Amino acid sequence: MIRVENLTKAFGPKLAVNNVSFTVERGEVLGFLGPNGAGKSTTMRMVTGFIPPTSGKITVGGHDMLENPLPAKRLLGYLPENAPGYADMTVHGFLSFAAELRGLRGAARKRAIDRVVEHCLLENVLYQTIDTLSKGYKHRTCLAQSLIHDPDILIMDEPTDGLDPNQKHDVRNLIKRMGENKAIIFSTHILEEVEAVCSRVIIIDRGRIVANGTPKELKARSPEGRLEDVFRAITLPDTVKAH
Amino acid sequence: MNSWANIMAIVKRELGGYFTSPIAYVFLVIFLLLTGFFTFTVGNFFERGEASLVSFFTWHPWLYLFLVPAVGMRLWSEERRLGTMELLLTMPVTTWQAIVGKFLASWLFLALALVFTFPVAVTVNWLGNPDNGVIFAGYVGSLFLAGSYLAVSCMTSAMTRNQVISFIVSVLICLFLILAGYTPVTDLLTRFANPRVVEVVAAFSVMTHFEGFQRGVLDIRDLVFFVSVIGFALFTTGVIIRNHRAG
Repeated sequence: MIRVENLTKAFGPKLAVNNVSFTVERGEVLGFLGPNGAGKSTTMRMVTGFIPPTSGKITVGGHDMLENPLPAKRLLGYLPENAPGYADMTVHGFLSFAAELRGLRGAARKRAIDRVVEHCLLENVLYQTIDTLSKGYKHRTCLAQSLIHDPDILIMDEPTDGLDPNQKHDVRNLIKRMGENKAIIFSTHILEEVEAVCSRVIIIDRGRIVANGTPKELKARSPEGRLEDVFRAITLPDTVKAH
Repeated sequence: MNSWANIMAIVKRELGGYFTSPIAYVFLVIFLLLTGFFTFTVGNFFERGEASLVSFFTWHPWLYLFLVPAVGMRLWSEERRLGTMELLLTMPVTTWQAIVGKFLASWLFLALALVFTFPVAVTVNWLGNPDNGVIFAGYVGSLFLAGSYLAVSCMTSAMTRNQVISFIVSVLICLFLILAGYTPVTDLLTRFANPRVVEVVAAFSVMTHFEGFQRGVLDIRDLVFFVSVIGFALFTTGVIIRNHRAG
């Protein structure tokens, strides 16, 4: 459903993403792993059509994201990093707005809102403005926005960042459940999370893919069978200078 | 039409945003107080002894200089600060629809503020026999004047995530649009420069083009001027947003 070919993004002289290619099919949950600043967010922003790549090709559900972005964007749900939301809107107003931009009107819109409110447990704060929400609720509101049109493809940038252990657990379960009939990409730096929900892992370091496989395959690379050892062995801390 | 539905959804959200925060009410009250003050006190509405709204419209370029950037400064800078720009532009919406939607919403809001000045028109009709065609032309001119400033504010707000910077830059550009054709300035300039050059510079000023409306003349060239300013500023907004996204 998602096909990324030779994707490169340069910010000035710096290559944030360097010749990255991968595919994600329906029923797959792809975990993006990598140190901070490795290029995970930049890659996701390109796949969702927010920023244009310097070179490369992105196809979403058969539609070219650069040539024909609107049909491609219709298939996507996106949860950006830090779960942004319009501070002065109520949760209901915000979801309504998202639904409208997704082409849902009238009864269909109402059904869609009811569904995501139930999924994301937002009943209690439905008429509160977003700036008064706790981090967990704010996060779930943005997640609800990404699910409002029941997309085939879901892209989530650090969906569990800043949540408490219960919330993390809920979000992981949700991802796992949805992964059965959607194509999902999510980024994280929590290794246990990857083992818990991903069917495949890509490790990115300094804009390049340094590993791509199932969690099991990756773990097998370490003598102790621990993902953390593999991660530490193939990625460099950001204090080390690249050559 | 799909694109129109998207624009309307954005217009609705933006307008709602004005009214759920105190911005709308504060703005409306200040706008009405200031127009009243300038029209009746500074503009000597009564002492003029004529049934016209000259003392009302004369002040609009100066009033708008501060009030319109205050309305427009948040349009895109807020999106950038909150990170919602990433949400909005990954929706099945073109950048164009978003720009036009945001602009239209704020313009409608300014039109509403202008509608609330109707007591001035009622007063002048009650006291005398004004030419209501002139008053109508004045309102049309004022609306386009506000639209031009607003498009400039829209452009400056796309440049930065800081609303204060967006406000100041926008005031400066609008000030230039005024001063280039402000009579004291053009008089001064004619002393140093070729009058033809001064005339060309003045042609870029909102003052030159607003004047006709105040006299009751709906000149197509003046309308074209304001529409071009709006079009140009919104086009530039699109370019700025594209460059910002490209990094």
